[in-house]
Amino acid sequence: MKRPVWPLFLLLTAGILLFFVLNLMLGTVPIPVREILKALAGDESVPVVWRNIVLSSRVPQALTATVAGAGLAVSGLQMQTVFRNPLAGPSVLGISNGASLGVAFVVLLSGSLGGVALSRLGYLGDVAMSLAAIVGALSVMALIMYVSQKVKGNVTLLIIGVMIGYLANAVIGVLKFFSAEEDVKAFVVWGLGSFSRVSGDQMLLFVSLMLVLLPLSMLLVKTMNLLLLGDDYARNLGLNLRRARLLVIGSSGILVAIVTAYCGPIMFIGLAVPHLCRAMMRSSDHRLLMPGTMLLGAALALLCNLVARMPGFEGALPVNSVTALIGAPVIASVLFRKRKENVQE
Amino acid sequence: MEHLSIGYAVHGGRDRVVAGDICASLMSGEMTVLIGPNGMGKSTLLRTLCAFQPRLGGRIVVQGRELDTYTEKELAQLIGIVLTSKPDIQNMTVTELVGLGRAPYTGFWGRLSAQDRQIVRESLSLVGIEPLGGRLIQTLSDGERQKVMIAKALAQQTPIIFLDEPTAFLDYPSKVETLQLLYRLSRETDRTVFLSNHDLDLALQMADRIWLMESGRLSIGTPASLAADGSLARFVERDGISFRADDLRILVRH
Repeated sequence: MKRPVWPLFLLLTAGILLFFVLNLMLGTVPIPVREILKALAGDESVPVVWRNIVLSSRVPQALTATVAGAGLAVSGLQMQTVFRNPLAGPSVLGISNGASLGVAFVVLLSGSLGGVALSRLGYLGDVAMSLAAIVGALSVMALIMYVSQKVKGNVTLLIIGVMIGYLANAVIGVLKFFSAEEDVKAFVVWGLGSFSRVSGDQMLLFVSLMLVLLPLSMLLVKTMNLLLLGDDYARNLGLNLRRARLLVIGSSGILVAIVTAYCGPIMFIGLAVPHLCRAMMRSSDHRLLMPGTMLLGAALALLCNLVARMPGFEGALPVNSVTALIGAPVIASVLFRKRKENVQE
Repeated sequence: MEHLSIGYAVHGGRDRVVAGDICASLMSGEMTVLIGPNGMGKSTLLRTLCAFQPRLGGRIVVQGRELDTYTEKELAQLIGIVLTSKPDIQNMTVTELVGLGRAPYTGFWGRLSAQDRQIVRESLSLVGIEPLGGRLIQTLSDGERQKVMIAKALAQQTPIIFLDEPTAFLDYPSKVETLQLLYRLSRETDRTVFLSNHDLDLALQMADRIWLMESGRLSIGTPASLAADGSLARFVERDGISFRADDLRILVRH
């Protein structure tokens, strides 16, 4: 019944490497591998244009996609486990709506109040947007964590999260109505999601933050395995439910908050990857699922980024459309196949 | 050997006393069955005894210590539970699930030692489901699944096992089999087995001791003694149903 999982881990790692290299090679200007390696090694003989493209555009973008994909996927897995709901994802608790609200406040109000359209401020505007997103996401998360200590049922908490999301969206709607047209456009573009917005120092900060947070999230595997049994059984096995819920939701929320701050709301990866991973591994053991979703999330994000940048689209395709376009059929087919297997058993 | 003596008031909502002033004790190596009509607080009693919800008053003493003084980890090594509801778990094997019963003993990552795995194997064989070891939970029948949960409780190695209507969704042969299993386990492993049940005829035939919970009172005794003092007749008999005390039979007029 169980198949060994190490070939899968190997395959996923190979997939990440392959997509990463392809991400560096392909794009509007294709660059051969040898030249990329030379550019990375700091060789002066590589044409300046190519060097610039590789070092200041493609490498940051690929790195961002890798860690963002991993983070979103892990966050989705944590939400699905703690709520025991297959439809839960990073966006269900309103955390990404919180980020949107933060950005909306900064982008949309700066124009009306300060008289300067933030969209024209460039770098400073980007930093302000990231900060606003983090503040927005973390405040919604703090609210959710507070509520999670007060209400008992998971379903109640889930519904409250969804309601907070709607509330945030409503406020955003009002803000949009009163803002300048170009600010609204800047906000909409942010909402499409992108791995290319992060560059330079910010990229380093983002990647190092995620490299700290992702291993930290691994510390919760035993807790999450116990949560699978349901609240009462988990508690009887010595789990402190309140603390467990706080830790898992907190870890998941921080991951989403940071990814959303830097990349905008990226849909689908958080919802889809855990399902895909469970189906591929045929396991519920989080000791396997956590690293599995991390790798798969990273690979899928790289693939989506690659497709979004395919020649012909010229970077015009928003990542969010690609994640859904690739993700939805894959998920549907995996689930369909699984259903058939279950019938045969 | 005295295990547990309780005298307390149960609650639901703001100090709503469901049953008060209960004084009783459970013995190890015995199977005690809790019976009574719905809504009399059987589940509340069980949840309170598991320390899932606070008692309203009185004392619960287990192995000479107040239940409140046990830490979560100690409780997990003291009381194992089996519930009515079946956990909705996909893609987990029977062995893995029973292995989770070792959680109170395993370390930070939940990795099973060789000894843990040995205990899991023994639990599976005690319940008689070794052949199911590699099966996925979602492919099991309800009866098999309940046995797996009992094996989980065994792997937990607690001196006490509480079961909340463990046979509720099972067909008749599985009900009998499960109760026989629990009876055998209480003897072979010298555990305290305490379960609530609605299958009165089976309970009367197999239980060492019956707790009959009715509104405002708890009658305790062996099936024969409760039959003799008329408690069972009072509980069972109504229009069309009669109870024959000499051979513990419930008769239905038709």
